[in-house]
Amino acid sequence: MHTNTFSNLARHLVPSVPRPDWWRGSVLLITLILALPVLVIFSFIFTPSGEVWRHLADTVLASYVTNSLLLVVGVAIGTLLIGVSTAWVVTATVFPGRRIFEWALLLPMAMPAYIIAYTYTGMLDFAGPLQSTLREWFDWGYGDYWFPDIRSLWGAMLMLTLVLYPYVYLLARAAFLEQSVYVLDVGRSLGFGPWRVLFRIALPLARPAIITGLSLALMETLADFGTVQYFGIDTFTTGIYRTWLGLGDSAAAAQLSAMLLIFVFTLVVVERWSRRQAQYHNSSRSFKPVPPIRLTRARATVAFLVCLFPLLLGFILPALQLLSWSIDTAADVVDASFFGLILNSLSLAMGASVIALTIALLMAYAKRLRGNALLNIAVRIAAMGYAIPGTVLAVGVMIPFAWIDNSIDGWMREQFDVSTGLILSGTVVALLFAYTVRFLSVSVQTVEAGLGKIRLSMDDAGRSLGYTPGRVLRDIHLPIMRTSLLTALLMVFVDVLKELPATLMLRPFNFNTLAVRAYELAGDERLADAASAALSIVLVGIIPVILLSRSISRKRPGEEYVAQA
Amino acid sequence: MLLKLDHIDIAYADVPVIRDVSLGLEDGDIGCLLGPSGCGKTTLLRAIAGFEKVKKGKIMIQHGVVSSPQLHVPPEKRRIGMVFQDFALFPHLNVADNISFGIRKMASRSRLNRVNELLRLVGLAGYGNQYPHQLSGGQQQRIAIARAMAPRPNLLLMDEPFSSLDVELREQLVAEIRSILKQEKITAILVTHDQYEAFTMADKIGVINGGQLEQWDTAYNLYHQPQSRFVADFIGQGVMMPGKVINSHQVDTELGVIDGKVPEGCEPGCPVDILVRPDDIVHDDHSKRVAEVVDKRFRGADFLYTLRLESGGVVLCLTPSHHDHAIGERIGIQHRIEHLVLFRRDNFVTHT
Repeated sequence: MHTNTFSNLARHLVPSVPRPDWWRGSVLLITLILALPVLVIFSFIFTPSGEVWRHLADTVLASYVTNSLLLVVGVAIGTLLIGVSTAWVVTATVFPGRRIFEWALLLPMAMPAYIIAYTYTGMLDFAGPLQSTLREWFDWGYGDYWFPDIRSLWGAMLMLTLVLYPYVYLLARAAFLEQSVYVLDVGRSLGFGPWRVLFRIALPLARPAIITGLSLALMETLADFGTVQYFGIDTFTTGIYRTWLGLGDSAAAAQLSAMLLIFVFTLVVVERWSRRQAQYHNSSRSFKPVPPIRLTRARATVAFLVCLFPLLLGFILPALQLLSWSIDTAADVVDASFFGLILNSLSLAMGASVIALTIALLMAYAKRLRGNALLNIAVRIAAMGYAIPGTVLAVGVMIPFAWIDNSIDGWMREQFDVSTGLILSGTVVALLFAYTVRFLSVSVQTVEAGLGKIRLSMDDAGRSLGYTPGRVLRDIHLPIMRTSLLTALLMVFVDVLKELPATLMLRPFNFNTLAVRAYELAGDERLADAASAALSIVLVGIIPVILLSRSISRKRPGEEYVAQA
Repeated sequence: MLLKLDHIDIAYADVPVIRDVSLGLEDGDIGCLLGPSGCGKTTLLRAIAGFEKVKKGKIMIQHGVVSSPQLHVPPEKRRIGMVFQDFALFPHLNVADNISFGIRKMASRSRLNRVNELLRLVGLAGYGNQYPHQLSGGQQQRIAIARAMAPRPNLLLMDEPFSSLDVELREQLVAEIRSILKQEKITAILVTHDQYEAFTMADKIGVINGGQLEQWDTAYNLYHQPQSRFVADFIGQGVMMPGKVINSHQVDTELGVIDGKVPEGCEPGCPVDILVRPDDIVHDDHSKRVAEVVDKRFRGADFLYTLRLESGGVVLCLTPSHHDHAIGERIGIQHRIEHLVLFRRDNFVTHT
């Protein structure tokens, strides 16, 4: 049976056979559909502004802009400090625990911001473990002392920094690893000490990578909804949510979304620019890893603490808190409805990852067989969704889907006197579509990397050895691609599981997932009850962290060179 | 005749790439398609393999038509073996599995024997469990050839098989591969832009230029009896010296009167160019004819001098390496032109 499914695709492996070009056609069509939300959002820029928009502009818009920008600045400083310093310490020096920190520093990535936010709220509130202990030690009573309120703008900065610094860490570390001892020796030969080598050579060389990591972290910051909503901070995302659900004004919500998108796309442009810069930076072809500096006991302690601090605050403490809450409440929370949540979450994640993988395969093969400039641009546009915040995406999906639903419904009533209801906007179709738009880039990148390992001459080699195109796909492509395909599935799967705002806004009536449930319980101040759902998400989130840390440790340029030779 | 190409035309979307190519290769011979990059030689090879379709003419392997405008046998049905420029070894399979990839239908015992036999043949016995990325370029190359030979193909095709190896390794490997092919009596055809590779490897060489086969001949004939100006220019070194036909066996040039067979159609008095190779000019201290050394290149076993004749013309001259003369010095020379190669100057009709 599989031979048949393959052979359809396989016939196109011979590039010289002229055929109607459904490869390019279907990729362009899919790209157009996937770009629909963004096009819809931007079309509202030109819609004359209504009553609600003027009200927003007069009252809260300024605070949306200010808070969003302050948040971005705060998170930028925080993630840079933590991400770059930890990356340099674990790459360039030797101290006890370094091998563990290398991958463990990525663990906070598994912790969605809204989960760490409510966990800290619980840990730091009046009845929480920290304040209780302090009161016990110092014999304080209520109102005797000042305690910082985590549910504030700086609290949100801190929370987002703690879970987003791994983006900077990951890319900075990759850049530091790629630096060859020859390049750094130039610095030594010019009489620079280790500190000057760091600031004058290593950091400037790694700058494009660091900027890429930073812009990814900042996109997540702008996209964050759960944390700022829970902390009661007015930002674009909470504003869009409120305008959409509270005020019910889709045009104003879309206009807010368009403004937020402009901020986001600025970051995208910066990131693209820095990636292009990166091409000029790998100057030395011969590679010899930099021998790390062995630290004295005092310095090793400092290095250890520098790495321990973000790991402790960003993962270990909140994870332990979640664990302890889960143990307390599991008996009450984990019931049939909890398994229903898991089932919902898993099937959504599975569905979206399979859809994304299918599209990614189609696009990757289309590029391989029919690649041209237009196709490359189309694939790039289709994979831009990672930059669209969930709230914006929800608005951009809902407006056209509702319109289509109403049109179909109206037509069906007119013709057949049958009401079809909400076929797209009221069902999981809207959710799956939104997930595909947002997470396709992960699939596309992974699949393209996998397919890139199979040179065109390998197809020809298979044919010359007596294999039909179908068997070439089965016996050469599939085994070489297998890991990439699994990785692509898994990464999207986990991302979907963690996604909150789009799920919250697009889910069908009475349809809950782990993320939504955790958010709702936390919003009702049932922090302990939310822990089981939250902990499940965190545990699943660890999987891609493991995958990432494995691929980064393999990614020394010397090894790549051997593999290509 | 194992392989026969009969007036082949190939085009990509109506842009002609190969025009009117005909050639034949005997069983057990090694052929070579030689030409500058972009001349269409790889396209021709891929057409023989079945990866490209022909627009006109036909390709026959062992007297069976495999390509014609009406018929196209797919590559997997042609019983060919192919070696690729980048070797195209499968990274997910070890060396033994790579080699046995094309003989999966064989019984496992005889498959194993065949793999071991080939590994011994290419001098890599014991490497079966290694993975391609653990091997050097030269070793990968030999595995690629073993893999292509495993199913005992009718014809082995090699697309620039040595171009990704470094020079020293290349020279050694070219000779080695030739002896393996000859030992196994394999008919093969390779594509290259390197004429020394072609000379070492091939029994018959086709020089291709702009999609056309200029000459299909032995290396000796290509060098000494080029059929076109392009071949004369592309193969070996030399200069074109203007001359005038005196009669059917003499041409007058700056080097004096040269004897040889003047082809029919060249009337006395007709202007021609004569190919003068460096080995046609012999250094002779007693010769009355002297020339000035303009440039010299020490090449180890010999010197390659560029000389200016008193009449102004320039020739190349090879001398043994102890004949060291300074630039500007005048030395005596003689010509020893055994093969008169001349081209009429008005049009490029070729003659020997």
